[in-house]
Amino acid sequence: MSSEILLDVQNLVVKFPVFGGVLLRRVGEVEAVKGISFQLNRGETLGLVGESGCGKTTVGRAIINILRAMSYRVEISGKVLYRTDSGVIDLLPLTRTQMRPYRAGIQMVFQDPYSSLNPRKTVDQIVGEPLRIHTEMTRAERADRVRWLLEKVGLSARHVNRYPHEFSGGQRQRIGIARALATNPKIVIADEPVSALDVSIQAQVINVMQDLQEEFGLSYIFIAHDLSVVRHISNRIAVMSWGNIVEIGPAEQIYKHPQHPYSQTLLAAAPRPDPAYRRRRTS
Amino acid sequence: MNELLAIRGLRTYFHTESGVAKAVDGVDLDIAQGEVLGLVGESGSGKSVTALSILRLIPDPPGRIVAGDILFKGRDLLKLSWDDIREVRGNAISMVFQEPMTSLNPVFTIGMQVMEVIQAHEKVSRREAHRRAVDILTEVGIPDPEQRMKQYPHHFSGGQRQRVMIAIALVLNPSLLIADEPTTALDVTIQAQILDLMLEMKARRAGASILLITHNLAVVAETCDRVAVMYGGKIQEVAPIDTLFKTPFHPYTHGLLGSIPSVEGPKARRLTVIPGSVPDIHQLPVGCKFVTRCPYAFEPCPDNEPPLIEDAPGHWVRCHLYPHGGKPAI
Repeated sequence: MSSEILLDVQNLVVKFPVFGGVLLRRVGEVEAVKGISFQLNRGETLGLVGESGCGKTTVGRAIINILRAMSYRVEISGKVLYRTDSGVIDLLPLTRTQMRPYRAGIQMVFQDPYSSLNPRKTVDQIVGEPLRIHTEMTRAERADRVRWLLEKVGLSARHVNRYPHEFSGGQRQRIGIARALATNPKIVIADEPVSALDVSIQAQVINVMQDLQEEFGLSYIFIAHDLSVVRHISNRIAVMSWGNIVEIGPAEQIYKHPQHPYSQTLLAAAPRPDPAYRRRRTS
Repeated sequence: MNELLAIRGLRTYFHTESGVAKAVDGVDLDIAQGEVLGLVGESGSGKSVTALSILRLIPDPPGRIVAGDILFKGRDLLKLSWDDIREVRGNAISMVFQEPMTSLNPVFTIGMQVMEVIQAHEKVSRREAHRRAVDILTEVGIPDPEQRMKQYPHHFSGGQRQRVMIAIALVLNPSLLIADEPTTALDVTIQAQILDLMLEMKARRAGASILLITHNLAVVAETCDRVAVMYGGKIQEVAPIDTLFKTPFHPYTHGLLGSIPSVEGPKARRLTVIPGSVPDIHQLPVGCKFVTRCPYAFEPCPDNEPPLIEDAPGHWVRCHLYPHGGKPAI
C-alpha cells in the first residue's frame, strides 16, 4: 500500500439477511455489495455514483464500520485497509470500542440536514461532541474550536447557542460539515450531502466543501446520484450498479468516454441544462 | 398565440400562526395551446401553489385564493361552482404529482383507479371503461395491462406508478396536463423515460398543453418550449427556452444557471453562487423579492417592486435594470 493511498477497500461483500415467516427465521439474503475493490488517495475526491439500491450508501457505511450496529446479523467480508501514522490496519473486524481511535480520522456527512442533527442540542454541543469523545480538550478549548469551525464553514460564531431548527437547510448542512471536521479527519464520507438542498444552496455547500478540502488536504468519498454534481467535485469516479463497481477511472475520462454500457446509459439519461442537446438527442 | 389558460393577478395567501404567507402574490401567466411551459423555482417560490390554485386544490383553511382570474378557454375557473370545477378536474385539466408512492390509493387495484376516472366523468359501461383503461395503460407502456390492472400499487415500481399516474391523467384526453415535479423522486434513467413518455403522449393529442413544474433547469431544457422563473411568489422572467438559456435577463436566472454543474462541456473550477438563502415567506422584501441576494441591487430595488415588462419579443423580466433594449443588462 503506497503512502499516497489512504484507504484500500478489497473485495468488500455485504449481505443483509432477510427474515420471514411467523418465527422470523432467516429465509434468504440480499447481497447489497458484491465484492468491490477501490482505493482512495490522499487529497482526492472519489465520486461514487449509481441509482437507488445500487449499494453506494452501504459501501460508505461499511467503511466506517457502522453496519453491524445498524443491521441485525449482517454479513460483511473483505478488507477495509486504512493507513494511519503507525501503519495500515483493517477496519472491518474491529469492534465498536476498537474502532473508536480511528473514527476521528474518518467522518461522515449525511444527506438529510433535518434528521442528522439532534434537535435538542445546541450547535455548540453538536459540533463539540466529537471533540468531547475523541480529544482531551478542555471545555474552553472546545468552545474555541467550535467557533473556529463554524467560521470555516461560513456560519457566524455568534450562533453557537442556537438550535438546529433556527437554521435553514443549507446552514444545517454546514453544521453537519463542521461537526465532521471537528476532529481533523483525513477522510470525509459524504452521502448525498447536497441532494436535499435547493439549487442555489447546493452550489454554496459544494464550494465550501471544495475550499475545506484544499485548506486541510481532505480526501472525500462523495456518494451521489446526481451525475453533474459528482462530475464537478470528483477527481475519480466509480460507477455502481447492482452491488458492483462497473467502471472506475478519472472523472473526465468516464464522462467523455464511458466504457461500460451501464455508465453509457446513465450518462445518456442525465438531463443537460442546454436546450440544444435535446434536439441532438431526439433528431 | 392561442391562449388555453390565462392566469391574471393570482394571489394565494396562507393564514398561519406566524402571519400571512403570500405564497403566490400577483402571478400572470399564459399557456398557449400545444405548448410545454416550464415553471421553475426553488422551494417556497410559489410554483406548486400556483399549480394547485389552477385546480382550486388549495386547502382552505389555511390557504385562500384572495384575488385573480384563471381563464381556461375563456371560463374563469375561480368563479365555477364546486360541481363545475370537479367536472374540469381530471377531464379538461389533470394533474400528476411528485410522489408516485403516495398519489395512488394502496387499497384499490390499479384497474379500479384508472376506471374510476372514466366512470366519474362519463356515462359508460364497466366493460367500456375497462377497455379504455387497457388501452391507456398500453399506451403508457405498461406490459400485459389486463393482468396488471388486477394488481395493487405496491406491485409496481416507482417508474411504473408514475406511468399509471400519467395514464390516469390522460385517459380523458384533457387539454392541459399539470405535472408537479413528476420525476423528482425517480432515478435518472427512469426520469428520462417518464419525460419522453409525457412528450410522446402530448404529441399524440393535438393541441394538448403541459405545465411542467420543477426545480431542475436541466429537466426544463430537455422538455419545455417556454419557461417562467418564479421567486418570492412572483414571476421574475418568462422567455422561450433557447433565449432563457442563452441570454437570461434576470439576475436570479443568471445565478441559477451559474450554480448548476453540467455533465459535459468545460468544467468550471468553482460554481458561481447566489449568496444568502431564500427569504422567509412571512417577511418578503417590499420591493424586488430578490433584493436581499442580488449582486446588482441599487437604489430603487428595496422599496419598489419592478413591473414585469416585455423587453424583447416574448421575453419578459421583472427587474429595475430593464428595459435594456432587448439585451441582457448584466
